[in-house]
Amino acid sequence: MTSLIAYWNILKKDVKYYYLKPPNISWGIIFPLSWTLMQLIRSPGGSILELLPGLISMSVLFGTTSMLAVTITFERSDRSFERLLLAPISLHTMVLAKISGAIVFGILNAFVPVFFASFFVHLHEVDWKLVLPAVLMIAVTSTLLGLLIAVTAKQVFEAQTFSNLFRFPMLFLSGLFIPIKDLPRFLQPIAYCIPLTYGTDVIKGAFIGANVLSPMLSFGALSAFAIGLFIISLKNIHKKWIL
Amino acid sequence: MAFVRVSNLKKTYGDVTAVDDISFDIQKGEIFGFLGPNGAGKTSTVNMMIGLSRPTAGDVVIDGIDVRRKPKQAQAIMGIVADESNLYKDMDGFENLCFCAALYGMRKEERELRARQLLEQFRLKEAGRRPFKAYSKGMRRKLTIAAALIHSPRILFLDEPTTGIDVESSRQIREMIVKLKEQGTTVFLTTHHIEEAERICDRIAFIAKGQIVASGTVAELMQRISLDRAIHFVTGIQDDEFAFELQKNFEGSQVERKSDHSLVMRLQERLELFPVMEFFHHHGVAVYEAKELRPSLEDVFVRLTGIESSILKKEKGGGK
Ligand SMILES: Nc1ncnc2c1ncn2[C@@H]1O[C@H](COP(=O)(O)OP(=O)(O)OP(=O)(O)O)[C@@H](O)[C@H]1O
Ligand SMILES: [Mg+2]
Repeated sequence: MTSLIAYWNILKKDVKYYYLKPPNISWGIIFPLSWTLMQLIRSPGGSILELLPGLISMSVLFGTTSMLAVTITFERSDRSFERLLLAPISLHTMVLAKISGAIVFGILNAFVPVFFASFFVHLHEVDWKLVLPAVLMIAVTSTLLGLLIAVTAKQVFEAQTFSNLFRFPMLFLSGLFIPIKDLPRFLQPIAYCIPLTYGTDVIKGAFIGANVLSPMLSFGALSAFAIGLFIISLKNIHKKWIL
Repeated sequence: MAFVRVSNLKKTYGDVTAVDDISFDIQKGEIFGFLGPNGAGKTSTVNMMIGLSRPTAGDVVIDGIDVRRKPKQAQAIMGIVADESNLYKDMDGFENLCFCAALYGMRKEERELRARQLLEQFRLKEAGRRPFKAYSKGMRRKLTIAAALIHSPRILFLDEPTTGIDVESSRQIREMIVKLKEQGTTVFLTTHHIEEAERICDRIAFIAKGQIVASGTVAELMQRISLDRAIHFVTGIQDDEFAFELQKNFEGSQVERKSDHSLVMRLQERLELFPVMEFFHHHGVAVYEAKELRPSLEDVFVRLTGIESSILKKEKGGGK
């Protein structure tokens, strides 16, 4: 019961004080929006459906990683984070509460490009039963990646720099805009080490049937990434935060 | 069994030994003071006791709970005030308290009731709706202490609660601490104010360079060094001859006349007052006042640690 109350209130606080703050909302909306519009302008007409999966993945990736890096490093630098470490709740519960907000934020971000695209194309043939879990899993894995960065970084600035260091290469390596088979041969194995690749593949399948892997395989890989990253993060937290 | 038992606690950071094999007990309902200069190892000790840092060696047991093995169980009965006021800047006072209560699993009605009580108790009622970042330093400190008390902890840790705080707020904080003790809360307090430790602590440990140099009640610490006992008498008219007679009559004493109709009588051991008063009376010398001139705790600290007390009094980072 203590865990549940604490979990809910940490989540509520983060949403109220970080996620719903105007600069963060605008970052969450404007960034995916401007990309969507840019792509729409560049290639009007039929290719929107082809672009949308990449835009969705990107919105989730950016939303989650930037938020988490900020909320955790910010609270660490003003030391309010110690309160969470010292609360009588397990480290899992605390970490889950911290990442839940980012996951929800990422999922909502995913629908910003969908919303705007819906004015231009029909989306009723999309297999939403696949898109939703894929978006969820992209959100979970990128949040955990963000967590890993947040654990390592000492400053908010550092966290942002770190996350960009990871995010931009990922955009190009995980098949969002450039199909993996068109990447240089030596980069192709790297693509399959990135969770985003699997999530985007499922979404591409759901939108235009252009998946390379079977959705089952992709979800399996995403789950494995999620569990692995969660365990690594907890270990890291133990090592870095409890000195 | 002591309420808190710290045994052979040690903490090293690379080459630096911050805490060097310290052991002590704290009894239930006691205010235990950790007195030492900057860098003595006070915060390092507290952090190990509350489970925020891992001891290099040693154990901490609080209310029968091994903090190393069951930190979460132990943290449930602890209230913690860090050396910095670390609440959430954008939240107001009331929200801060309610949030901290939620971390301890308190339900909504209970959280709000307790938050209101504490705001009132700490005279922060009007500030309850202002964001924490708009608080003065003293107010921040008080709210941070209130937040630590939200779940009515059995033991309260205070890391330099009054450092950098004005006289009035410090006084209120000390009053609060004493009141808590009266209600049965055990208090562990670090400070570098000797007077503060002397005034409110039941027992004090002097810590320097990671080691406990001496510990005990103020009275016990005073006995650690042999200082003369001295009694100061404010009298009516008397003269050198009287002083000489007095000294002769009480073996081992030394009597010194002061310019302002007073005498100081020094002895190695405790002095029984009645015969002295009788002697005064017999010689027709009126006594208006008699008080013991005690060595101060500061004298004891300086003697035992070899640290100049001026170092202790220096505030961190200059006059902040
Ligand atoms: N995380 C750390 N890494 C390296 N050294 C540390 C760390 N924390 C503390 N120290 C060192 O350990 C020693 C004790 O520090 P500590 O903070 O416990 O002292 P303190 O008594 O609380 O001092 P103050 O009155 O300044 O708060 C100091 O020499 C300090 O530099
Ligand atoms: Mg300290």
